[in-house]
Parts: sequence; C-alpha cells; structure tokens
Amino acid sequence: MLLIRRFEEACGRLYMQGKIRGFLHLYIGEEAIAVGAISALRPDDYVIGHYRDHGHAIAKGMDPKIAMAELCGKSTGSSGGKGGSMHLFDVERHFMGGHAIVGGQMPIAAGLALSSKYKKEDLVTLCFFGDGAVNQGEFHETLNLASVWKLPILFLLENNLYGMGTHVDRTHAGGRHIYEVASAYDIPGVQIDGMDVLGVNECVSEAVKSIRKGEGPRFIEAMCYRYRGHSMADPTMYRERDEAQELGIKDPIDSLKNFMIQFDVAGEEELAKIAAKVDEQVNEAVQFAEDSPAPDMDAMYTNVYA
Amino acid sequence: MALCALRRLARASGTSVRFQRRCLVTGTAVRQVAGQEEGVVIMEVRDALNTAMDEELANDDRVFLIGEEVAEYDGAYKITRGLWKKWGDKRVVDTPITEMGIAGVAVGAAMSGLRPICEFMTFNFAMQAIDQIINSAAKTYYMSAGEVPVPIVFRGPNGASAGVAAQHSQDYSSWYSHCPGLKVLAPYSSEDAKGLLKAAVRDPNPVVFLENEIMYGAKFPMSPEAMSPDFVLPIGQAKIERAGDHLTIVTFSRMVGVALEAATELEGRGVSCEVINLRSLRPLDRHTILESVKKTHYVMSVEAGWPQCGVGSEVAACIMESEAFDYLDGPLLRVTGADVPMPYAHNLEQLAIPQASNIVDSAARLLRL
Repeated sequence: MLLIRRFEEACGRLYMQGKIRGFLHLYIGEEAIAVGAISALRPDDYVIGHYRDHGHAIAKGMDPKIAMAELCGKSTGSSGGKGGSMHLFDVERHFMGGHAIVGGQMPIAAGLALSSKYKKEDLVTLCFFGDGAVNQGEFHETLNLASVWKLPILFLLENNLYGMGTHVDRTHAGGRHIYEVASAYDIPGVQIDGMDVLGVNECVSEAVKSIRKGEGPRFIEAMCYRYRGHSMADPTMYRERDEAQELGIKDPIDSLKNFMIQFDVAGEEELAKIAAKVDEQVNEAVQFAEDSPAPDMDAMYTNVYA
Repeated sequence: MALCALRRLARASGTSVRFQRRCLVTGTAVRQVAGQEEGVVIMEVRDALNTAMDEELANDDRVFLIGEEVAEYDGAYKITRGLWKKWGDKRVVDTPITEMGIAGVAVGAAMSGLRPICEFMTFNFAMQAIDQIINSAAKTYYMSAGEVPVPIVFRGPNGASAGVAAQHSQDYSSWYSHCPGLKVLAPYSSEDAKGLLKAAVRDPNPVVFLENEIMYGAKFPMSPEAMSPDFVLPIGQAKIERAGDHLTIVTFSRMVGVALEAATELEGRGVSCEVINLRSLRPLDRHTILESVKKTHYVMSVEAGWPQCGVGSEVAACIMESEAFDYLDGPLLRVTGADVPMPYAHNLEQLAIPQASNIVDSAARLLRL
C-alpha cells in the first residue's frame, strides 16, 4: 500500500512538472482495496479495471519503473509510451488493463471469465469499477450475462461516493448501498469498509472461494475515500476541504501501521525501514522514467495491426 | 389464429417470420444448399457463410459463435443454421438482447486467447456496441504496444434491406473503414463470402465483416478451389469482376451486381466498363484502383451508403493524391445512396438506393455519350 501511495504522490509531482500529461487519476486513499483484493487472488487470476489503474497494476506485480516510464510517455514503458496512464497492461501477470471508457471494462471482464470457463481453467476474473460505472447500461448487461451464464467473476465496486465531481446522492437511486443492485441479477452482494485492507482481503478470499466452487459471480461494494480529485485537473470545488475529517475517514496505511504496532507484528523501526525501501523504489522508478528516451518516430505506425 | 400457432406454421413452412421486437420477413428459405447445374456447384451466399463458419469451428477449437438467436433459432437470417445442433452450447452461444454486453464479452474472450465470431443481427444494432468495437477491439493492440491482440470477427448484415425503414437500413461501410486497427471486409459473391469470412476468422486482428441481407439468397457458382476447406481469400485485395477499357467502376457488396448490370447495358452502347469489386474496404486496394484508372482514364464509384464522407470520397482522394490523377480525362463521379434517412414507401426506397439506370445515366454524363 505504501508503495502505491508514494508512487501516486510522485506521479502527482511529475504531473505538475509537465512530465506526465493528459489525464492522471490518482488512487490515493483507495490502496486497501487493490492490495487487499489482489493479494487474495492466485497469480494467474485475471484482473481488469478502469482508468484509476496504477494501484491495481502495481498490486498485480507490475514493475513500478516501467509503469512510471509509461506515464511519462517513454519507450521503456509498459505500452512503449503509446498507452499512457489509463492504459497500463501486464499480460504475463494477467493484468488486462487499464480502460478509459467508464464501464467499458465490464463486459470485457465477463469475456475473460467466459474464456477461462471455456478453456476449463480454474481462474477467477476480478473486475474493478467505480460508482460512476454503475449507471452505464453495460454494467447491467454484464451482471445479467455473468449471472445467467454463471461466470467465474468477482465484481468489486470501489465506491468513493463521487462519480467525477458528482456525489452519488445526486445520481444514484440507492447510491449508499449499491451492492443491493446485484440481487436483481441473483448475485450475492455485500458492502464492506474499503479502507480496511485486512477486511477487504478476508471478504475477497471468501468470495473467490465460492466462485472457484462454481457458484457463479459475487459482488462486493467497498466503501472508500479518494483523497485527491477525480484527476489532476479537478480542483475538488464540489466538496469541503475537511470532508475526510468530517466523515471520520481513516487512512488505510495508518490504520494498518497502528494495527501492526499495537499487536506487535512489527515495530516502528522495521516499518521505517520498509518506508525507506519504498522511497528508494519510487525514486528509482522516477529516475528510470526520466532517463528513458521517448519512443522512436517509427513507433507511431507499429502495432496498429497484429 | 393464435400467435404461437402461426409461429409453428411459419417454422414448418420454412418461412422466416419474427413476431418479436424486430419484425422482418426475409422470404422463404431455400431448402437446397447447393444445386448441381452442368457440373458446377451453385451456392447461396448464406450457405457459403454457413460453410465458412462450420469449417472454422472444425479447424480451431478456440473459434466460437456468439450472438442473438444464433443457436437454437438457427440464426435470424438462417446464416448459422444447423451449427448449434452440430457444435453445441459451448461453441454456438445464444445471448439476451444486449449488444454492448455481447461485443464486450467477445472482446474479452479474444483478449484472453479465444477466437470469437460475434454476430450482430444487423449492424444497425451494433451502434449500441460501437464503443466496444472501436475503443476496446480496434485500439487495444496499439495502446498495449502489441501485448494484447484482439482476434475477433464482428459480422452481420449491413445497409438497406427491403422496406425495413430508416432505423434498420443504415450502411456503416464508411464509419468502420475510417478506423485504424480494424479490418473491414464487404463480400459480394458466395466465393467472396466464404473466402473472406475464413480469412477474417484466421486474422489476428478485429475484422468488421459487412454482409448484405438482400444478397443472402443470391446464388453463385463456386470453383473447386472455393469448395475446399482451406479456401481463404487475401484481405486487402480487390477483384476485377469484369475487365474493360473505357470506364472504371469501383464498388463493393451488393452494388457490384448492380454495376455489372449497368456494365452490360453500357456495353450495348459501346462502353467497356471495368468493374472492380473492392472486397476489402480497409485495407483498401489502392493499387488495383489506380492501375485501372491509368488504363481507362474515367472512373466512377458506386456505393449504397450516404454520399458525404463515403467510401467514394476516399477513392476520389487517393486518385487525386497519386500519379493516376494525371491520367484522368474527367473527374470521379460518385453514385451513392440518397442523402436521406431510408424512406419506407417502396417507390421512395427504390429511388434512395442506386439502381443500374443511375449508374448508366451517370456514365453517360461522364463520358458525354
């Protein structure tokens, strides 16, 4: 989680320096979900998500150096600099992107699940999406198909209460309990605290167990908080500066840290060492990205067709 | 008579009739798959497509069909007739009416190594899914710098049918052929249908395969090569359906037949037409077009779709941008569908789609006959 946090903070700084361009959606505050969920999977289970994807990619095992290089549009990036922040892919680790259209990843996720069922692979597909995707038609289409076909898929909703700048109270019928929508499709759904990494891990583990038994899809709504704006272009005028404090939001990293100290799992010194290592990793990633070259002109016309 | 009884009657008589959301009557399905006429095999376009899919299902375990009514109903237009019975639920998959969902699922399956053939009942309904076709299928190989290929075929009838009115009659050739990352094919004959569909399935790229409902029942002779299960046509190569010296007509899909009809009439007036069947809209076989123009010095494009930014516009542009421009004795003339949403009244519908007489009249104007 700390790696993702420091990585995202570094991205924010690089964006302000103009080294990362376009859209940048930071995962700060939501780390417990990516880490808690993905660590409950097998290494070759599929993960697919939306454009706030750095956390998912890193949690799935992507090298922060090549992720950072991609964000900086360098040839050493995961997509040779041709994808950018919203299109990280790591096929070897079955991280299938990185999708920019809200909800666009959802039926694709069902396709991955269909594929593993077709090939008789014992794999689960984990589909991340936000509250913003829930009103897209393809959200409903996907839940229906997954249920009718009993696909091995876990729908994981990161509900941070804001679809871009609009609060769910204004846009969702039932935006504080979206998980109930799943029952319309006969999919068991639960709502959990997405700021608690251990809770996320436990819930996802249980869900994945059921899915692997062939019981069909599951739906988890993880309530969380996005500390920064929707993207770097968002000055968050639509919420109070101290909203996080008002809502009593607990930082997921601090929570875990306190837990580990309280229960003697690790001491301050050890945690400080981990933090230092993370800083080193992130600095290395930034350096690598800055030192890497931009793609060759010829790269413009490659990979249009296989 | 009760509706269910009517439906039973319809099925028994081989008439394809639907009383559900999309009402269309496609006429009596011809029982005979291929007729023997003096030793030549005659095949309907629909059976050529059916055979192509059957062969590809046999050839590669990763291939499967998915779409509305493709399985138990034998296909809305009977293109997938018999395939579910033969290959079962896993290889031929019926879906709800959920185009965006179907397209996205098929894309996900392709991204993870399968080879889906995704049927849209018509390409009008594919507009519901176009984000998945373009943003997920067409662009992903590029955005992932070659890590994630999407070997998928999107197929179905495109363009006007007969009396199905504006929302069921649009021609999408221009929209899809606009997009890098897609390949776009438009068969005319049964040989085209079989060879190009097999090529599309074997191609590792997303292919939009634009069929034509009116052509499904059309019969064509099939060469011995075309009857082989290994018969594949090259993508990106046009076919000169009729060689000629005075006028090049560039066209595709059903309009090839209309152009050939016009060519016969023009022959009678001393004009020898070279009719080019594009077969492939993207990649476009510019070489064949340009060489023909250099030979004949006059060119027309014929398409059923709307004029503005149509395929003919692209043909005109690439002639102007090439050395073939210097060989022209007159401008390119476009014969296209009328610039209106498709009207329902039969007489208006006929006026809205290019007929042989439109082509003949335009040629006469161009060549000052």
